[in-house]
Order: sequence, then structure tokens, then C-alpha cells
Amino acid sequence: MATKSVLAPEDILIEELGYEDHFHEHHEDDKYRSNFFSTYIFSMDHKMIAKQFLVTGIFWAIIGAGMSIIFRLQLGFPEENMAWIKPLLGKWIVVNDAGIGSLAPEFYYALVTMHGTILVFFVLTAGLSGTFSNLLIPLQIGARDMASPMLNMMSYWFFFLAGLIMFLSLFLSTGPFSGGWTAYPPLSALPQASDGSAGGMTMWVVSLAFFVVSVLLGGINYITTVLNMRTKGMTMWRLPLTIWAFFVTAILGLLSFPVLLSGLLLTMCDRGLGTSFYLSEIFIGGQALDHVGGSPILYQHLFWFLGHPEVYIIILPAMGLVSEVMSVHARKPIFGYKAMVYSILAIGFLSFIVWAHHMFMSGVNPFISNFFVIFTLIIAVPSAVKVFNWITTLYGGNIRFTSAMLFSIGFVSMFISGGLTGIFLGNSAIDIQMHDTYFVVAHFHIVMGIAAFFGMFAGIYNWFPKMYGRFMNETLGKIHFWGTLIGSYAIFWPLHYLGMAGVPRRYYRFDSFDTFSHFATLNKFVTIAAIVVFALQILFVINFFYSIYKGKKMTTRNPWKANTLEWTTPIDTGHGNWPGKIPTVHRWAYDYGKDGKDFISQIKPLEEGEVEVH
Amino acid sequence: MATDTSAVAHANDAHSDESNWDGGTQPFKVSYGKLMMWYFLLSDAFTFAGFLIAYGAIRFSSPSWPVPDFVFRTAPFDNLGLGHETPLPLIFVTFMSFLLIISSVTMVRAVQEGHRENKNGVVFWMLLTVIGGAGFLGCQAWEWTNLIGAEHMTVTTNPFGTHVESGAYLAGDGHGINKGDTFEVGDSYLIHKGDDGYNQLPYMTTSGEEKQQAFGPKAFGALFFFITGFHGFHVFSGVAFLLIIMLNAASGLYVERKNGYEMVEKIGLYWHFVDLVWVFVFLVFYLL
Repeated sequence: MATKSVLAPEDILIEELGYEDHFHEHHEDDKYRSNFFSTYIFSMDHKMIAKQFLVTGIFWAIIGAGMSIIFRLQLGFPEENMAWIKPLLGKWIVVNDAGIGSLAPEFYYALVTMHGTILVFFVLTAGLSGTFSNLLIPLQIGARDMASPMLNMMSYWFFFLAGLIMFLSLFLSTGPFSGGWTAYPPLSALPQASDGSAGGMTMWVVSLAFFVVSVLLGGINYITTVLNMRTKGMTMWRLPLTIWAFFVTAILGLLSFPVLLSGLLLTMCDRGLGTSFYLSEIFIGGQALDHVGGSPILYQHLFWFLGHPEVYIIILPAMGLVSEVMSVHARKPIFGYKAMVYSILAIGFLSFIVWAHHMFMSGVNPFISNFFVIFTLIIAVPSAVKVFNWITTLYGGNIRFTSAMLFSIGFVSMFISGGLTGIFLGNSAIDIQMHDTYFVVAHFHIVMGIAAFFGMFAGIYNWFPKMYGRFMNETLGKIHFWGTLIGSYAIFWPLHYLGMAGVPRRYYRFDSFDTFSHFATLNKFVTIAAIVVFALQILFVINFFYSIYKGKKMTTRNPWKANTLEWTTPIDTGHGNWPGKIPTVHRWAYDYGKDGKDFISQIKPLEEGEVEVH
Repeated sequence: MATDTSAVAHANDAHSDESNWDGGTQPFKVSYGKLMMWYFLLSDAFTFAGFLIAYGAIRFSSPSWPVPDFVFRTAPFDNLGLGHETPLPLIFVTFMSFLLIISSVTMVRAVQEGHRENKNGVVFWMLLTVIGGAGFLGCQAWEWTNLIGAEHMTVTTNPFGTHVESGAYLAGDGHGINKGDTFEVGDSYLIHKGDDGYNQLPYMTTSGEEKQQAFGPKAFGALFFFITGFHGFHVFSGVAFLLIIMLNAASGLYVERKNGYEMVEKIGLYWHFVDLVWVFVFLVFYLL
């Protein structure tokens, strides 16, 4: 380990002030990097697991977004010949006698369902918090690895298994599940309800059950690591905001995903054993079914008790990444650090008592709706505090417009735009008009889809050098950013108007309705914008993989001049993260521009007479 | 001013020396393994809470619900001098709950012996715990067998009904109900199953209508088997892990670790949790 001929200043400081935990005397490296399998496949090193989550997430993002392009083609060009996709979709493209191919309606629903499931769970949960919690928690708190590297590895492989099952379900003759990503009964609970409700739903529910296991194994690890493995001096109030965000995210997952598991197990019973937990008084083909006494609303409660915290499981890591990236690239301390932490905690708490705002129109008692309206609107307060703090962090900053920084600023823009429409939807009265329309689609895509992706991109561009020792191409990054920013608004801004006009979501085509057919041009425009944005994401993927092998090499270990601990590790970070002692921490993560110094790393002790901020 | 700030810094240091939250320590003074077990149990509690809330939601939307004293009135030992048809409400479940609770006590002793680094004590008390857990599972197996095989409750059919009006039977079932027997509102009944299916007895209400015994709410059977089954699965896994850890302890594996048999303590946490969950399951199915 001490083969380095010239010690970097960080190493000298860590040697001087760090503490010896005898980590490298155990030769644990053998266990972690002895052969190809233990290095790349069944790796227990958190940095490799992070890369596994990220690459798997990218794979799923391409599939999920590709699906959206296919159904957008259907919505934008319902009369066009789709026979050319037949080689890819096979029997789901029905070609008529005139040789005109069209998308099978049942597969349209399957595409919409899979798009939602894949993006929400596999990309924005596993791909986002899985990647960055793994990468940054041990590095930024000064730990050798996660508390339990073994469970951490299993977390990835359960995710992989869940993905594999879901992927295989795409190839069933009856198609994947097609009842919407929320899997409401009776479509999900009765195998005979639709094509996708048969084998497709069975695999969906099994896949999701494995996914819950993955989230729990990961979450238990993240929480424990943050609490128990912080290095000396790393108090909770010195944690970077990324860690706070991942910490609260993991707590939300730990408390909400088990309830989804309850809901899914009861679904399995209804499907497989003939029970009636969610079913009552249902007729299929004029025949009354035997099922009585259950309640589909019960499923909705169990689902949304997960479902609402889930949107914060998606957005909180993005918020954490953005806060860190923004402070580093504005060369200013994050504004209102403690307010940011309290906001994260407040959002986390409130996210558990607002779930029924997804169910205003399911017949829940209007008086109960009032309760949920109030708490939903209160979430705007901590959210606004965060937005205010981001903008104030930028104010007067010496901003470096790197791709990471651009995406962080774009995140704030998206979060504001999408957050404001949330205030409308959170009102049960306005929801009567808005529910199940494209207004809802536009709202959540902007606030938790695009915004979370922007946070993720900010994170990838910023920490790519830490992951691969090289930089991503900045020019392509900027093209990626501006194209995605403008393109995303081009997609989702018009959808608000469709929604206000009452256009319902999840319909196969609109040209056959007199009420909605005049939106045909708008739908074409949205589809074209979606194709452009999708192409830009492919550009990002090319940039990502090209840069792994050919990107500009990292020559110094702290290219962004950041304060956090991950940049004190060697460029080629080995197992155990620090080659010698573990660094100790003497200050918070945001000493930028303090006392005339551009930045002061967390490992630097306070100087004589220096006052610790915050 | 300089002296002031250094005094402040010093005060901060002095303060932080007392804090467990400064990093490099374990803030709750528990190892990461134990902390993980606690968080797992917390998540598992939410899974069970999901089920019990489902139970409550379905139960309170049903017009009637079987009376526990009537449903759980049989025991394998009920013919020991009492006669086979003598009802023993909740006697058997009391016995099996007692077994489970006692196994928690023996678990506490095993953990205590672990803190004392007494290998034989750990193994002895863990063995008793395993016996208690296995005994509970055996009792549950008998209870399920009786409900399924003798009383013919399934996940889709619930033969335990409740009368919603008073009247008199027009036929007997050969299981204690004779033709002409009268009943009141709220009386429970079990629809017996013969070779030709369930025998729903005809009766005449006090207003003179002729009716048939109706089945009880379907969800009762499904919820009972599912929730007690899910709990039983936890007990089963617990017994399996207890056995493995007991064998490890007996082999001397934990002696070398010198951490007060932490593994025993971790499985102990799980075991007490499973007991605690039973208290709630017992409450909703057998008492309410």
C-alpha cells in the first residue's frame, strides 16, 4: 500500500492526524479482489456495488424510456404505419390486410405499466439511491466500507433477480402486466381479468417482492453505516447533505416498503388461493364471481402508504446530490445547512401522513380527505425552504458552469415547476377535475421524474471521476443538459393544458373522441419532443461508456476542489478507501471561501483562533 | 476576542467529549449487527401492521364476525373425562401462547448466560427455547388440522356463522343440535360438512320465515390462516436459526469471539419480537 513514491498532501495530513484501525493488517483485500468474480461480479466493495447499481439502472432506463417512445408514437401518430417495429415487438404489432401495422391496445397498456414500474422502482429507486448511497456513504463519512458488505452485495443481487424476473415477463405470450404501475385490484388480483393479469402479473408481484427485499437489505445497511461507522469528528451536524438525504431516504424505505410487501402478499393470496382480500361483487362476462367481502380500497391504502414515501425516496437523494454539487460549484457554503437538514426530516415525516391524496376520488370520506389535504399542502413549506436555500446558495456565488452544476440548477427549475402543480393536485376539490388527467402525468413527471433524473445526472457528472478515474466529456454534457432541459419542458408543459381540458391519462388513442381530437397536433409535438429527448439520453449513455475507457484522465485527486472526504482518497481507490489510516474530521463539509481560502477540506484542523461555522 | 473564541472552542470540545455522536463511536452503544437486527424488526413490524390493519378494515366492514369463544373451543385433550363435545373456549390457545411466552423467558436466560460467557448455560437454555418454539408450532399444526379437517374452514369458506334473528331449527345436525332447538340473535353456529357437502340447517324465524344457516364472513378463514401462518413462518424460521446458533455455540465458535455471545443476543431480539407479534395476533383473533 505504501508503494506511492510521492505522498500527496492529503496523505501526509491523514498520516499525521488520522487514526489507525489496523484495517490493512487483516489482508481483507484477498477476500474482496482475489479474482474476476470477487472483483467485478460478486463484489462486496461498496464502490463496485455502486457501479453495478448504476449500470443496471442505465440498462433499465433505456428500456423504460424506449417503451415511452413506442407509446408516444401511438399517441402522436395513431394513424401511422407501425409495421416497421414488428421485428422488435412481434405479435404486438397487428398488421392489417392493407399492410398497415398498429400497436395492439393491450400491449399499449402493458407498455404504460412497465414504463411506470421500471422507472419508479428500478431506475429512480435502485439506480439512484442504490448507486449514490453505496458510493458516497462510506466515502463521505470516512468508513472502510458498509457495515455489512455481505448484505450490501445481496441487496444488489436481489435487485438483479427482481429485474431478471420483470425482464422475462416482457416475453410472455400473454404479455407483461398491463393494469397500471399501481397494480390496483381487480385487474391485479384476478388472473382472468385481462391478458396481462395472468402470468405477467404473477411475475410482476414476485419481482416486486424481491425488490422489497433488496431495498430493505440496502436500507438497513445505509442507516446502520451512517449511525455507527462515522469516522472520528464526523458528528451528525458535519455530515454532507448527501448523507443526510440518503439516511432519511433509507429510513423512509425501511418503514414503507414492508407495507407494500404486506399488500403484495395479500394480492398473491387473492390470485393463487382464491381469497377475497381485495375483491367483492365482481362480474366477469355477466357471471358473478364467488369473491365477496374484500375491499379494493384496502389495497390502495396499503399501496400508497408505500407509494407516497416512495416519491420522496426518489427525490430526496436527488436533493442531497444537488445540494452538494451546488455548494461545490458555486464555491460557497450551502445556505442554511441546518434548515436543509430539518427540511429533509420534515419532508420525511410528512411523507407518511399524506398517502390518501392519491385516493381522493376512490370514495374515501371527504372529512378524511381534509386531513390529507392539509398535510399535503404543509409539505410545500419544507420544500420551499429547500428551494429558497438553493437559490440563495447560487446568489453571489463564483459559479462554475460544469455539466454537474447545470443539471443541479436545472433540478431546481424542474422542482419548482412540478412542485407548484402539486399544490393544485393536493386540493381534494380541484382534484375532482384534475384527477386521472394529463395534468397529473405532467405534474409527477416533472417533479419526480425529470427532477430526479437531473439530480442523478448532476451526481453522475460530478462523481464520475471518483468512480472511474476519468472525466466525462463536458461538451457532450452541456449538449445533453440544454437539450434535455428544453426538451423536457417541451414534452410536459403542453400536457398540463391537455389535463386542464380533461384529457384522461392511459387512453390508447384520442383521435376517435370528438372532445379530444383537436389536440392531435399538440400530441404530435409532444411525441417529437420525446424522441429528441430520448436521443439526447442515448448521447449521454454513449458519453458515459466512452468516458469509462477513453475519457480525460484524472490527474489530481480533488478535481472539483471539494471539501468532502471522498476526494482525499487516492485516484485509484482500493478496498478500504484509504491506503493507510482513516482520516479524522475537524469541520463541516461546506467551508468554501472562508477566511479568504477557496476551500478547506474536512480533514484540516481548525487553525489558531478560527471559529467553526454553523 | 481571541481568548473568547478559544474558550468557546474549548467548551465545544469539552461538550463533545461526552457525546456519543461525534463519530468513531457507536452512538447507541450497540454493534452494527445488533443495530441491523433492530431495524429489520422495525421493518417487519410494519409488515405485520399492514396485515393487522387489513384485518381491521375487513372485519369492521363485515356485518358480523365469528365469536372467538365459539370458534376456538376445541382442544386435543378435551375428551379427557369431560366428554368430546364439552366446549373449552380458548383453553388450547392459552396453553400454546403460554409455551411461546415461556420460551421468551428461557431465551432471556440464554442471553444472560452468554453475557457470562458460560457455554453450557447458553446451550441448555437455547435448547429449552427451541423446545418451546417447536411446541408452539406443534400446537399450531394441531389447531390448523382441526380447523381444516374437522371443522372444514378453508381460505374461501367460513362455516362459523352468527344468527341475526331468533328462531328454531327444523332439523338436527347430529352434532348437538336437535330439531326444535331454539336460538337467539347473536348465537354462533358451525355448519358441519358431511359426505354430500356442507349441511346448512333449515330453521324457522320467530316471524315465521323458513331460512337456512348462512356461511360466516369469508374473510375470517383467509385472514386467520394467512396471518397466523405468516406468524408461524416467523416462529419456524426462528426455531431453525435458534438451532443453528445453538449448534454453533455448542461447537465453541462463539467462545473465540469473546463478545458475550452476541449472536445469541441477536437471535434473542428476533425471538422476543416474534413473541410480541403473537400478543397482537392473539389479541385480534382470540380476544376481540
